[in-house]
Amino acid sequence: MVEVTLWGSLSAAAGGQSKLDIEAKDIRELFRKLAEQYPAFEPLIDRGIAVAIDGTIYRDTWSKELPPGAEIFLLPRLAGG
Amino acid sequence: MAGVAVSTTINGDHVEYLCQPDETLLDVLRDRLGLTGAKEGCGTGDCGACSVIVDDRLVCSCLVLGAEAEGRQIETIEGMAHGDQLHPLQQKFLEHAALQCGICTPGFLIAAKDLLAKNPDPTEEEIRFGLAGNLCRCTGYDKIVRAVQDAANVMKEGSR
Amino acid sequence: MNFDPRYSGRSFSSVGTRPIRPDGVDKVTGRARYGADFNMAGQLVGRVLRSPHAHAVIRKIDTSKAEKLAGVKAVITAADLPDLTDGDAAMYDILDNCMARKKALYDGHAVAAVAAIDARTARQALKLIEVDYEVLPHVTDVDEAMKHSAPLINDAIFTEGLEEKPVKPSNVYKRTQYGHGDVHQGFAEADMIVERSFKTEQTHQGYIEPHACVASVNPDGTADLWVCTQGHFVYRQHCAQLLGLEASKLRVTSSEIGGGFGGKTHVWAEPVALALSRKAGRPVKLVMTRDEVFRASGPTSATSIDVKIGARNDGTITAAEATLRYSCGPYAGMWAEIGAMTAFACYKLENVKTVGYEVLVNRPKTAAYRAPSAPMAAFAVESAVDELAKDIGMDPVDFRIKNAAQEGTRASYGPVYGPIGIGPTLEAVKNHPHMKAPLKQNQGRGMACGFWFNFGGQTCTDLNIGMDGSVSLAVGTVDVGGSRASLSLVAAEELGIDYSQVKAVVADTSSLGYNDMTDGSRGTFSSSMATISAARNAIKVLRERAAQMWDIPVDDVVWEKGHAVAKGEKHGNLGKLSLKEIAAQSGKTGGPIAGHSELVADGAGVSFATHICDIEVDPETGSTRVIRYTVVQDAGKAVHPTYVEGQYQGGAAQGIGWALNEEYIYGKDGRLQNPGFLDYRIPVCSDLPMIDTQILEIPNPNHPYGVRGVGETSIVPPLAAIANAVSNAVGVRMTHIPMSPPRILAALEAEREG
Repeated sequence: MVEVTLWGSLSAAAGGQSKLDIEAKDIRELFRKLAEQYPAFEPLIDRGIAVAIDGTIYRDTWSKELPPGAEIFLLPRLAGG
Repeated sequence: MAGVAVSTTINGDHVEYLCQPDETLLDVLRDRLGLTGAKEGCGTGDCGACSVIVDDRLVCSCLVLGAEAEGRQIETIEGMAHGDQLHPLQQKFLEHAALQCGICTPGFLIAAKDLLAKNPDPTEEEIRFGLAGNLCRCTGYDKIVRAVQDAANVMKEGSR
Repeated sequence: MNFDPRYSGRSFSSVGTRPIRPDGVDKVTGRARYGADFNMAGQLVGRVLRSPHAHAVIRKIDTSKAEKLAGVKAVITAADLPDLTDGDAAMYDILDNCMARKKALYDGHAVAAVAAIDARTARQALKLIEVDYEVLPHVTDVDEAMKHSAPLINDAIFTEGLEEKPVKPSNVYKRTQYGHGDVHQGFAEADMIVERSFKTEQTHQGYIEPHACVASVNPDGTADLWVCTQGHFVYRQHCAQLLGLEASKLRVTSSEIGGGFGGKTHVWAEPVALALSRKAGRPVKLVMTRDEVFRASGPTSATSIDVKIGARNDGTITAAEATLRYSCGPYAGMWAEIGAMTAFACYKLENVKTVGYEVLVNRPKTAAYRAPSAPMAAFAVESAVDELAKDIGMDPVDFRIKNAAQEGTRASYGPVYGPIGIGPTLEAVKNHPHMKAPLKQNQGRGMACGFWFNFGGQTCTDLNIGMDGSVSLAVGTVDVGGSRASLSLVAAEELGIDYSQVKAVVADTSSLGYNDMTDGSRGTFSSSMATISAARNAIKVLRERAAQMWDIPVDDVVWEKGHAVAKGEKHGNLGKLSLKEIAAQSGKTGGPIAGHSELVADGAGVSFATHICDIEVDPETGSTRVIRYTVVQDAGKAVHPTYVEGQYQGGAAQGIGWALNEEYIYGKDGRLQNPGFLDYRIPVCSDLPMIDTQILEIPNPNHPYGVRGVGETSIVPPLAAIANAVSNAVGVRMTHIPMSPPRILAALEAEREG
C-alpha cells in the first residue's frame, strides 16, 4: 500500500481527495488502479502525468517500482525550452 | 523580367552570373552560386548574419543588390581559410567555444576580420562596438570577444 | 533494461576536459548546413499568407486568381489540411495554428499558402488570394482578457479547475493551485508583509535562424522533411498525424539548428510545406521571414503576477502566496501552472499557496522559452523577497540563505527535495568578490535566485566501432549548443579511448529509434545516459571478441582503459588487446561491433542558480547599462565545462534583454508594431560586459556521472536580479518588465510626485 498525493487540480478527479491509499507495486499498476477506481483519471493519464518518488520526477518510466513508505506525488507533465 | 549580367570576383575567383534587378547579393550568393555560408537572419540589415566584404568594406549582403557586385572584389566566409589552414580567427573561435548554434558565426568572423584589418590592436570596447552589428543569441558575446582578442594577439605576432 | 543509472562517484579522464567540438570546423568555414541551406531537384518556393487582423472570422477564401498565375504549382488553405486529430484537442490546436480554419486568431495567423517556381512568383500569388474577413473585437492584454466584458476568443472554453463548473465561456482556460500549509495562519504570524503586483511583457526566443524546411511528399505516401528543429522525431509524429502519413514512411532529418531555446519544439510551417508538396507533386522549400518569425512563431507569455510574502523579524518566512496570470495566445496552455509550480521552489516554506490562470489572448500561440514560465514568476517573487529583506533590515543574501530549501525540504510544488544546490549557490555568492566590489553613483547591485526542473525522457543511441578502431556515435537528441562534443567525451570516457577517436552525429528518424525533443535541458543528461549504456553494451561485445581471439572464457576478460585484459594467473602471458586491435579482427570474430541503447532517462536533477549584477542608471534619460554580471549555478557534473559556461552566459544575456529591452508592442488595432530586430532589440555585443561564471558540481544521484541539465536555469534569475539592481540604483521598486528607459523615467517621476 502506498500513499499518493495529488496536486490541486488532480484532486477533483478523485472527488476532492488530495491523498489516496493505493495497493500498487509500480507506476503502471498505480495508473491502472487509479483509472479503475476513478475513471476521470484516464484522460489525464493519457495527457501525461509525472510521478515524483521521494522527490525524483519520473515522466515515462512506468516500470519504476514504488518502494513501501516512499513519498509518491503526482504532477502534471511539463513543457521545457 | 530580363536578367542583369554581372561579372565579379568572389574569394579571388572570377564569377559571372545573371540575376534579377531586384535580387539581393545574399540571394545570388546562396541561391545562384551555392555559397550558403552567409545566412539570412532578418533580411533587413539588423542581424549581420549575411556579412560579406565588398571592396574592403563590411556590408550586409541582404542590403546590396546582386547587380551592384559588378566589377567588385567580394570576400565571403567560404574564402576565409587558406587551403587547409584556418584563419586565426576561425581557429580561435573553435578554441574559445565562441559559437554554440553557429548560425551567426560566419557573419561574426567576416565582421571580426574586417575589424582587425582596420584596427589590429583593438580594446575590448572597440571589439564590442566593432561587432555590435552582428547578433548572437546563444553566447552572450563573452567568448566571442575573448576569441577576437586572442586572434588579434596571434595575428600581431605573426605579422612581426 | 539492466542499466544502472545511479551515481558512482568515479574519477574522470575525458569528462570535464574542454576539447574542440566535432562540428566546429564546418561551422567556422560556412559549410554547416542549416534549415535554409538545403535544396532538392525541382524544388518550389513556398510562402504563407497571414491574417492582418488580430481576430476575424474567415468568411471565404478565393484562390482562383492565384492558381491561374503562371508558375504557381499549388495553393492551399485549411481545406487541404483536413482535421485528422480524432478528438485530440492539443493536436487540433496545433493544426489550427498551422492554418486557420474558421477564425484568424492573431495578427500573423496563417490562412493560405502557395508553392511557386520562384520567390517572386510566390509573393505575387499571395497578393492574388482574396480573403473575406469579418473583423471581430480583439484583446491582447492578459488582464483585459480576464474581464467579463472582454471579447471572447473561443466560446467552447469554460474555465477548468473551478469548484463549480462555470455556465458561461471565458478567456480563462484553467485555474490551477499548488502549495501546502495554511497561508492565513502564516501571515498572522508575520511581523512584516510585502505585497506587490508585477507585470512582464511578452518576449520572443529570438533565435537568429528563422524556421526553415524542405518537404518532399511522393505519390506513394513516402516523404522526406529536412528541417531545423529541436526534435525531429516529435516533428515526424506531429506531421504524420496532421497529414495522415505513416510515421515510419516520413523521414525527418534535422539540419544544423540556428538556435531554438524552446521555439523550435513546435511545428508551424512544416505541415504546410508537406501539404504544399503533396498538392504540387514537387519538393517545397519554406523559409519564414523575420517578420513572420515574430508575428507567428514563439513567443513567451505576457504575465500579471501578485505576490504576498510575510516574515518574522528574525528573517523566517512564515507564509508566501502568489496569483499568476499568463497569456497563452489563443489556445489552451499550461504556462501559468508552471509559473505556479516554480515560483517559490527556492525556499523552505511552511505555508505556501500559488494560483495560476491560463489566459487566452489574440497573440501568437505561446511556445516554450528556456525554463518556460519560471523567469517571470522568479521576477515577482525575488523582487518581493528583496524588499522584505530590506524591510526587516537583513542582508538579501543572508535572508535567502536563512530560508533556502535544502535536502528534505518539501518543495512548494509538492515533493520533497533530494540533494540540491540552492544553498551552495547562495553561499558562493555571499563569498564572491563581486558582492564586495565598490559601486559608483547611480549604480545599484542586485541578486536573485532561480529554479528549473530539468527533464529526461525517451532516448536512443547507437555506438558503432569501425574496423580501424574509430567510433561513430549516432544520437537522436538535436545538438543545440555543443552536445555532440559532450557526448563524444562521455563515449571516450566509458570506452577508455581518446576523444579524437569518437565522432558524434545526429541521426535522422529512419536511422535510429524514437527520441524525445531536446527540451527541458535534457540533451546532454539523457543522451549521455544512453551513450554510457550503449558503450557498456559495446564493451560487452568487445570482451567477447577478445575472449575469442585469446580462446579463453569471456568471464576472464575485463575492460580497462580502452583495452581487454585477461585476468587470472593462467592467462599471465597474454598481453592487452586494444579496442583498435579487437576492431581490426571483428570481421573474423562475429562481424561488426556495436552497442545500442534504448531507455527512458528519468531522474533529471532539479537545478538552481543565483546571479549577481551591477546596473548603472542615467536618471536623466532612464537608460541603463550592465556594469558587471556573475552567474553561479549547479551543473551536476560539468561534462564540457566551456559549453556549460556558454549556457550560463547565454541564458544570462537573454535574461538581460528581457529585463531591459525586449517586448512585443501591440497597437490598438491588435497588430504587432515591432516585428523586426531593429525595433525588437535583443542585446548586442556593446550592450554587455563579460559574464563571469562559477560552476558548482553537486552530483545528481540519478546519473552515473552525476550530470544534471544545465541549459535553462540561467535565464530564470536575471529578470529579478536586474530589477533588484535597478531598484537599488534609483531607490524605486521596479515592477514592470522590461525596464525600458520610458518605464524607468515614469517610475522616477511617479516617485517625485509622491
